[in-house]
Amino acid sequence: MPRTAITLTETIEHLSVLNEHGEVDTDLEPEISQDTLLELYRAMLLGRRFDERMLDLQRQGRIGTFPPIKGQEAAQMGSIIHLKESDWLVPAFRETAAEIWRGRSLESVLLYYNGFNEGTIIPEQQKDMPMSVPVGSQILHATGIGYGAKYRKNGEIVMTYFGDGATSEGDFHEGLNCAAVYQVPVVFICQNNQWAISIPLKQQTRSETIAQKALAYGMPGIQVDGNDILAVYVATQEAVQRARNGGGPTLIECVTYRVMMHTTADDPSRYRSDEEVEKWKLKCPLSRFEKYLQQKNILNDTNCEEIESLVLDRIQTAIHKAEQQMAAPPDPLDMFDHLFEKLPPHITRQKEEVLRYLNSLKTGNRREGEHNG
Amino acid sequence: MAKMTMVQALNLALRQEMAKDDSVLILGQDVGPDGGVFRVTDTLIDDFGPERVIDTPLAEAAIAGMAIGMAVYGLKPVCEIQFSGFAYQNFHQIENHAARMRWRSQGRLNVPMVMRAPYGGGVRALEHHSESREAYWAHTPGLKMVIPSGPRNARALLVAAIRDPDPVIFYEPKALYRAFREEVPEQEESMEIGRSQCIREGDDLTMIAYGAMIPPAMEAAKELEKLGISAEVIDLLTISPLDDSVMIESIKKTGHGVIVHEAPQSFGAGAEIISRLMEGAFYYLEAPLVRVTGYDIIIPYFSREKAYMPDVQRILAAARATLNN
Repeated sequence: MPRTAITLTETIEHLSVLNEHGEVDTDLEPEISQDTLLELYRAMLLGRRFDERMLDLQRQGRIGTFPPIKGQEAAQMGSIIHLKESDWLVPAFRETAAEIWRGRSLESVLLYYNGFNEGTIIPEQQKDMPMSVPVGSQILHATGIGYGAKYRKNGEIVMTYFGDGATSEGDFHEGLNCAAVYQVPVVFICQNNQWAISIPLKQQTRSETIAQKALAYGMPGIQVDGNDILAVYVATQEAVQRARNGGGPTLIECVTYRVMMHTTADDPSRYRSDEEVEKWKLKCPLSRFEKYLQQKNILNDTNCEEIESLVLDRIQTAIHKAEQQMAAPPDPLDMFDHLFEKLPPHITRQKEEVLRYLNSLKTGNRREGEHNG
Repeated sequence: MAKMTMVQALNLALRQEMAKDDSVLILGQDVGPDGGVFRVTDTLIDDFGPERVIDTPLAEAAIAGMAIGMAVYGLKPVCEIQFSGFAYQNFHQIENHAARMRWRSQGRLNVPMVMRAPYGGGVRALEHHSESREAYWAHTPGLKMVIPSGPRNARALLVAAIRDPDPVIFYEPKALYRAFREEVPEQEESMEIGRSQCIREGDDLTMIAYGAMIPPAMEAAKELEKLGISAEVIDLLTISPLDDSVMIESIKKTGHGVIVHEAPQSFGAGAEIISRLMEGAFYYLEAPLVRVTGYDIIIPYFSREKAYMPDVQRILAAARATLNN
């Protein structure tokens, strides 16, 4: 009956390919076509500019509360690019850039954040889940979908996103544990942006990395520089290949930073210093990628301006369209729709009651108008 | 027709639906070789394999959360929670996601899952094993809440629940699992969810009950018969959406009503039933409607369990009180 040590041989890898000065490790540099690199840049820039514009709109009272993504564009684009159309995206609530890449319209984002249910419409055939607000709860859906994909043996894989805060939730543990037990094809992307509202990573977990949690579940885990799109790209590519080849799930920790507030209702100056934010701004994923593309002569002043202007036009058009759609008052009766496939009698009665009430208001108003006239 | 217990009837429903449709999967703790702690899934793993009868880690949120993912994927998962008292560990998954997915995605995604769980007292169980908390689920928009009361309707309702395109919470009265046998047809049988049934006709009094309270309600009706009182008994079968048409018609006929459930009284199904009856049959009432329910306390450990549970005597006392009022 000895008391012996069980030696664990696993280690956690940290991957960084492109540093904050735009210098690349050519040994680790992935082969990506020029077109794809430009496409990624456009998507990152769109994510950034749309986010900035949304903040303006929110401050002007033209949309409601939303969670900015600024600083996390590389973590999203470097991973989502590996999903095929037939694969599944299970987002949390800060994956706007990834969702847009998958085909979500900017208008729908604006509608959603202005309180219109219409903003949650997912086009038919698109295998994307709607945003999930309760932290970490969507991780289990990814595992369930992964189980379905494995059961149907159709080669589909699932990618799910969550933040560092989610890793404290039971659903994170249950989701990763079950994913590993059943060896389902799921890539778990943690955007470790250092802050879960006001709680810093150090208060979230005593683990040195989030990636190492993968070891406890019996799945590969890797930490990458989440502001380095090439590192995210490489790690996700490996995880996606593993998932497609029946190798089961992977946890990828993207070390990044939430440059802005948690949501527009939050004031981060209460809990973190400007110095910290400024330090992270120097690690900006977008400008780093820009430098890389310039060095490779893929991006120059001319096409850079062109892309910027196209992106801004697209955003402006979307705002215009969304505002046109939102100008018409929404029909309140729609709120009863889509609760069940077939509305039960008691809810139908409630819907009719609302209709009667609204009609009585109209009649009342008309009478009042007639009286005044 | 074979005479079956409720456990056997539920097993039949699962077996037939699984044989018919390979998208039907079972997941839960000990549902595989063990056949579930009450043996509802007994031997299903032999016929359908571990890919379809999935023994899960001990994780209620995972069972429900994975079922949601599977359902969105296009499968029809039937998850088993060993006792309803452990379902609160997945309540957030059902409330936050299963119940809302269709609405949130504007009809694009639906969650055709079933969550089965034994509920209720009367079997001398441990703490957390005897609660009757159907009101939580019934209060949640987007869920259907079903409670059968006998082998035959349990089988037919479970078949309907599996085929239902929306999430169904299926509470099984464990006091009735093996309490009696009933003839259950071998051939397919399904019942509509959202319909209550008048299971005994009468003119003087309406008794409304469900699940494990049906046998004492029926027994009380027989006792009343001896006193010359003719009691109608309505079995709700679905708690939500609540079918108020049968009960309203019945009250219009009898003018007197007793509602029986073992769940705590306040904010329970009885309160909603009384509201519906007030709205639908107020002018026909000849006395206040009466509730015979559990008390607003934690169901006591089993040495005091009998004092908590509504029984025939309490139902009779309530019936006499409302009739004499």
